[in-house]
Amino acid sequence: MYRMSTQQTLKVFVTRRIPQEGMQILQKAGICNLSVWDSDEPVPRAELLQGVAGAHGLLCLLSDKIDAEVLDAAGPNLKVISTLSVGFDHLAIDEIKKRGIRVGYTPDVLTDATAELTVALLLATCRRLPEGVEEVKNGGWSTWKPLWLCGYGLSGSTVGVIGLGRIGLAIARRLKPFGVKRLLYTGRHPKPQAQEIDGEYVLLDTLVRESDFVVVSCSLTPDTQGLCDKTFFSKMKKTAIFINTSRGAVVNQEDLFGALSSGQIAAAGLDVTTPEPLPTDHPLLTLKNCVVLPHIGSATYSTRGVMSELTANNLLAGLTGSEMPTELKL
Amino acid sequence: MLVMWCTRTALGRLQRIAPCTVTGFNRAMSTLPKVYVTRKVPPDGLDILRKSGQVQFEMWDSDDPVPRVELLKKVKGCEGILCVLTEKIDAQLLNAAGPNLKVVSTMSVGFDHLSLDELKKRGIRVGYTPDVLTDSVAELTVALLLATSRRLIEATHEAKTGGWGTWRTLWLCGHELANSTVGILGLGRIGVAIAERLKSFKVKKFIYTDVAPRPELANMIEAEYVSLDELAKQSDFLAICCALTPETYGICNWNLFSKMKKNAIFINTSRGGVVNQEDLYEALSTGLIAGAGLDVTTPEPLPTHHPLFTLKNCVILPHIASASYTTRNSMSALAADNLLAGLRGETMPKELKL
Repeated sequence: MYRMSTQQTLKVFVTRRIPQEGMQILQKAGICNLSVWDSDEPVPRAELLQGVAGAHGLLCLLSDKIDAEVLDAAGPNLKVISTLSVGFDHLAIDEIKKRGIRVGYTPDVLTDATAELTVALLLATCRRLPEGVEEVKNGGWSTWKPLWLCGYGLSGSTVGVIGLGRIGLAIARRLKPFGVKRLLYTGRHPKPQAQEIDGEYVLLDTLVRESDFVVVSCSLTPDTQGLCDKTFFSKMKKTAIFINTSRGAVVNQEDLFGALSSGQIAAAGLDVTTPEPLPTDHPLLTLKNCVVLPHIGSATYSTRGVMSELTANNLLAGLTGSEMPTELKL
Repeated sequence: MLVMWCTRTALGRLQRIAPCTVTGFNRAMSTLPKVYVTRKVPPDGLDILRKSGQVQFEMWDSDDPVPRVELLKKVKGCEGILCVLTEKIDAQLLNAAGPNLKVVSTMSVGFDHLSLDELKKRGIRVGYTPDVLTDSVAELTVALLLATSRRLIEATHEAKTGGWGTWRTLWLCGHELANSTVGILGLGRIGVAIAERLKSFKVKKFIYTDVAPRPELANMIEAEYVSLDELAKQSDFLAICCALTPETYGICNWNLFSKMKKNAIFINTSRGGVVNQEDLYEALSTGLIAGAGLDVTTPEPLPTHHPLFTLKNCVILPHIASASYTTRNSMSALAADNLLAGLRGETMPKELKL
């Protein structure tokens, strides 16, 4: 790190209170004049436009729309935008590229936390944990009963992963030791790393028909949008469990509701929905066999801390014209 | 799995049914040994009893426990009893049964509901169901651990009640298994199975304590033997997997909790009696430990006004660790096989050594 010879520190606007690991890195660098929206809630638009004026660097979250208006308000000093996320659909990439601004983001560091949450959600769904907790609280628990709250276990089962990327593979690794008999996966082409988990590459149709657990882990593209629809669910086993922690738009939610409420599939667990948040009166929230989480895939203290550090380091690299740990190619 | 077996409806028409009992055999076979089944157990076990042609059995045909008075009446003159963990098989019951009683077969791996001294004294053999439920129990323990550490119950609640707003950096953050130390109190079959499942979550280290080291089991999961104190001090996740004995009764008390880490997650799927619940409440409510998940309590069911229910960081399940369809049927079948083998004077598939 170097100080500018004019002794002018670089102005940085931070749009939220971020985990202190990142803040400490920014403070210790000694080159930033930090202006922080010190709250857990998003910065209001007016405050954002004011705060970025003259900034050299902008550290933001996925809830901040960084469009032409914000970039204009910032002015010509702005060199780098660093987002505390792996997604970047909140950034107007064309506008940013046009102005020669660099962008940092946070891929990879959240793989473990997300895979762990996916398995947590799968287990909570197939072993009926939320139902169990509810029965305990409302007096439905009278005594030990042989078939009460029985679920479907992973032992001897067939698991199908749609999209065996880093997260899909990490999920498969974590499921295998539960006694999974067959691990199927599908995607555009086979993956050599599947060998590690004895994964079988199959057609989507085969995976859907033969799996006891269907886990969606693909990225959202025009090909995968609405992939999980009426036809998809109609091919699944009646006893099958459906899990989605990828993107809400991969699932047709009306069709999923139909499949769950008619007993066409046994249960579903979702960490992502359309929209987010899901309105509290949404039909899916009325179903006992549907578990909905509020997009907490990467929500662990250590992962958010690492994301925070990475975001800060990306920002500092952008300010000093150095190589970023993880730069988004525009 | 939930389809009623057909003989029940057939028999129902043949005889006047006393509230909730069904006789499995017709009267011509009344010289066969009498067996009493204390609950409506899953079909696989009942099929085995019925098809054996070896016994005549009566069953408390309900999902709910048989009342004590009824139980004491029905066991009279029985050679075999197939029970579940809610029935106290003690001197009173054994006396009521009388001298014919040869075998008690419990559909559980736990046997703290059986008075072993009294059974041994009377030369009664005991069957139980280890191993067949190990996978299910380990799976549910991991499910409970993750639900606790990743705050799933809080999260589902927020999603339903409007607490889910915009994305926030530290909202609903939990504690990861990656790079953690997992401690096991009581390293048996279930403890090993839990560790085997947790390993792939990038756990850094497994430690355990027990009455003595268990090298054969410990080597399977590369676990290090430590004292109870060290277990408390080092564990980020502590799983209780021991049997309930006079030695383990209340072993999870203030002494243990006060030595644990502030971020530690405490999981109990063994028996409620191992935990001092008042001390656990104190530990959780004062932030001495981060969270707890319980599948077993004292009593069961836990009364709905119990203080533990007021805590967001305490997840309580209604003793469902072995509750998978295949497992409960396997337990039922094994309990039936144990019973029949015992009555024939043969080796049982799984006999409890008294």
